[in-house]
Order: sequence, then structure tokens, then C-alpha cells
Amino acid sequence: MPEQLLPTPGQTVGPFFAFGLDYPASHELVHPHSPGAIVLSGTVFDGAGMPVPDAVVEIWQPDADGRIPTARGSLKRDGHTFTGFGRSLTSDDGHYEFWTVAPGAVDAGKAPYLLVALFARGLLDRLFTRIYLPGDDAALAADPLLSSLTADERATLVARRTPAGHLEHDLHLQGAKETVFLEF
Amino acid sequence: MTQQAPAPESLLATAVQDEQSTISREIAELHAERDRGPGTGVEIDFAPYRSSILRHPTKNPKLADPEAIELTSPAYGQRDVARIESDLTLQHTGEPLGERIVVTGRVLDGWGRPVRNQLIEIWQANAAGRYIHQRDQHPAPLDPNFTGAGRVITGDDGSYRFTTIKPGAYPWKNHRNAWRPAHIHFSVFGSAFTQRIVTQMYFPGDPLFALDPIYQSIPNQADRERLVAAYDHDLTSPEFSLGYRWDIVLTGPKAIWSEPEEGEH
Repeated sequence: MPEQLLPTPGQTVGPFFAFGLDYPASHELVHPHSPGAIVLSGTVFDGAGMPVPDAVVEIWQPDADGRIPTARGSLKRDGHTFTGFGRSLTSDDGHYEFWTVAPGAVDAGKAPYLLVALFARGLLDRLFTRIYLPGDDAALAADPLLSSLTADERATLVARRTPAGHLEHDLHLQGAKETVFLEF
Repeated sequence: MTQQAPAPESLLATAVQDEQSTISREIAELHAERDRGPGTGVEIDFAPYRSSILRHPTKNPKLADPEAIELTSPAYGQRDVARIESDLTLQHTGEPLGERIVVTGRVLDGWGRPVRNQLIEIWQANAAGRYIHQRDQHPAPLDPNFTGAGRVITGDDGSYRFTTIKPGAYPWKNHRNAWRPAHIHFSVFGSAFTQRIVTQMYFPGDPLFALDPIYQSIPNQADRERLVAAYDHDLTSPEFSLGYRWDIVLTGPKAIWSEPEEGEH
């Protein structure tokens, strides 16, 4: 049986999404500096290599043990419940940032990652991508998606670990380093 | 907190201000050359919307097999959203100016099943076409009794309902004399995160539709009309508000389509 209803098309979030989509602690999946907390940050770039100051980055992820959260409270954070969802509006220099925990693998042997939805003024529909954790080379090599990509493409999906243990990952809408975006 | 307001006003203007006739000709040419089959959705490479030129991916997206995290979605409930947040006319001490409206409908998946207990966020300009945002410097009046943002959680039948003010059309800087049709921005979550969508609801009969490169970025007329609410006189309240109905259909994952299980309908 095919889909019976045709989907509603997407549209850009436009420039004034902040007062519709912003809310306190939207980018704090965990309390900053709490045990196990890391910063996941990066810059969103356009095809000219310029930072995109009016983008929204959303993440959705399992907890550190690979459990998929079912708790409510992503909009009104209580400071201790892990809901797995975060939203960061890019700053004037295109920077996004989350406080979160490194996700665990949902299935043993699978490479853990965070799922990303990306929105921006000028971007007519949301984009999906994944941010994989660096380090476990065997799991990354075995991942079905990563292993289907060229080395350059794979590099756009795996974060860098900073000396402090945080994660950095840039998102490129276009250009030589264009991020691999996904459909499902 | 590193969060900041987006987009300095200077970044919103295109470097070269084309005439509307140029934009309209480009739209017509692009529509003529594209597949106009049903359900094609939105074109992300749509140059008449000038800001999209450097912001659309050039490569086809990779088809990924969704994993468990992609087939679930954040959980929301009244812990997240207060009931009053769905009435944008009650957020200040006075009545906002403009045409009071009710916008209601259902969020459904591709099989027509309701998407329950999920978050809808909306934002919009006021009746004069002005956003209450420091970077919206369009010289239309701000309304001290209207912020223009609301939230609701869908009910068991996937329904939502907002009370608000009909937004005005407003100018933007895509080209000379560019005006957006009146619209309300909608952010919707599905029961799978891959159903996530941000879109815009338009009002029937708007004379700006043909001129607007964002609305026209959808190549198929039937798809465009999917974003236009229906005026519904049965939703209109005597001496109070006009009613519009608008349903939102979310996609399901393409990669692992399977028969819906018994009892899920």
C-alpha cells in the first residue's frame, strides 16, 4: 500500500524565527559542566565559505548508555532530565553550540551518532545529517552509511575531539566541503 | 548562553536588486522546465529566491536506512506547553489590533493517521506586517499587544487550534518591491524525527502568490495549494473571529516503508 496522502511541502524558516523557536536553555541537553557533559559546537557555512548567522541546528540523540529518551521537558528544562533534544540558533558568526553527553550506541556494535536537522533563511527545506563520534575506528568502518561514502564525504560526518574532550563539527550547506545530507 | 538574534538587517538584502519582472520571468522559466508531477515538494535550488543560491546543497541527499533514533521523536506534553500559549491574543494586557482568526486542523502521517502529542510552534508578523524583532525595521507599526509566537501540543486526533490575528503582507529585500504573501510559520514534529518539518501556511486568494519566489519554489500547483488554508465559515464565530482550516501531512521514511500494523489505524 503506497502513501495515501501527499506530504505538505517545507518552506524556509525565514529570518525572524528567533521569537518563534527560541526558548531558555534550548541548547542545554544537560546542565553545563555537569558530570559527563561535553560541548558540541561548530559553524554553519554557505557556498562562499561565509558563516550563516541565521540558521537553526537541532539535535536528537540517545543518552550516554544508548537509550532513546522518552521523557518530556525539552521546552521547559528542569535541569536534570535528559530529553535528547536540543536547539541552537547560530550566532552572528554562524556558531552553534550544545551542552550534551556523548551518545551511546543504541545497538551493540553500531557507531553512535547524533541526528541533526538544519534550517536557515535561504534554505527552502530542512536538511538532515548525522554527527558521528570520533575514536572507535572499528565501529565507524563497519557503519553501513559511512562505508558507502568516499573518504572526503565520510569526513563531513565525523566530529573532531578537542584536547578538552569536547566535540567540534562544522556544517557546510554547499561548496568543496559540502556536508553529506540524508534522506530516509 | 551563546544564543543571539539572527541576521543583521544588512545581510537580508541581496546585492543586486532585480525588478519584479525579472524574478517573475525566472520563476516562469523554472516552472516550465521542471517535472510538474504530483508530490514533488519544494525545490531547494530556486534562484529567484536569491538567498537560496549559496545555501542549497548541490549534491543529492544520500538515502540512509533509518535507525531507531531516527524513527522516534522528542516527547512533549503539557509540562512543556501551557494551554494559554495557543492563544496569541491573550499574551498581553490589551487586545491586539487586526482581524482575529482561528486556525485549526490536524497533523497526519502519509497514511492519514493522527500525529498525537506532538509540538507545533508558530510565529508570524502582526496585522500591519511587522515582526516584533529588532531587525525588522519595516516602517509599519508594532503592536504592543501582539508578540506573534505560539505553541500547542496536538490532541489524540492529531488536531491543533490557534487563536491569533491575521498577519499582514510585508516587504523584504529579495528584489525591488518584493512583498511576502501573508503567512504563518509552522514548526511541526512527527512521531519520527525524520518527519520534522518547518513550513508556512498561507491565506486563500492572496494576490501576491504569483509574485513570491518562496511560495513559487514549490514547482507543482497542487503542492503549492497544499500550503493554503481553507476559509471555513463553520469555524467562524459570530461577532468574534474568522476561521481557517489547514491540515499538515508529514512524510514517512522512504527507506523502510512497510505495511501499517493491524490496529494502528
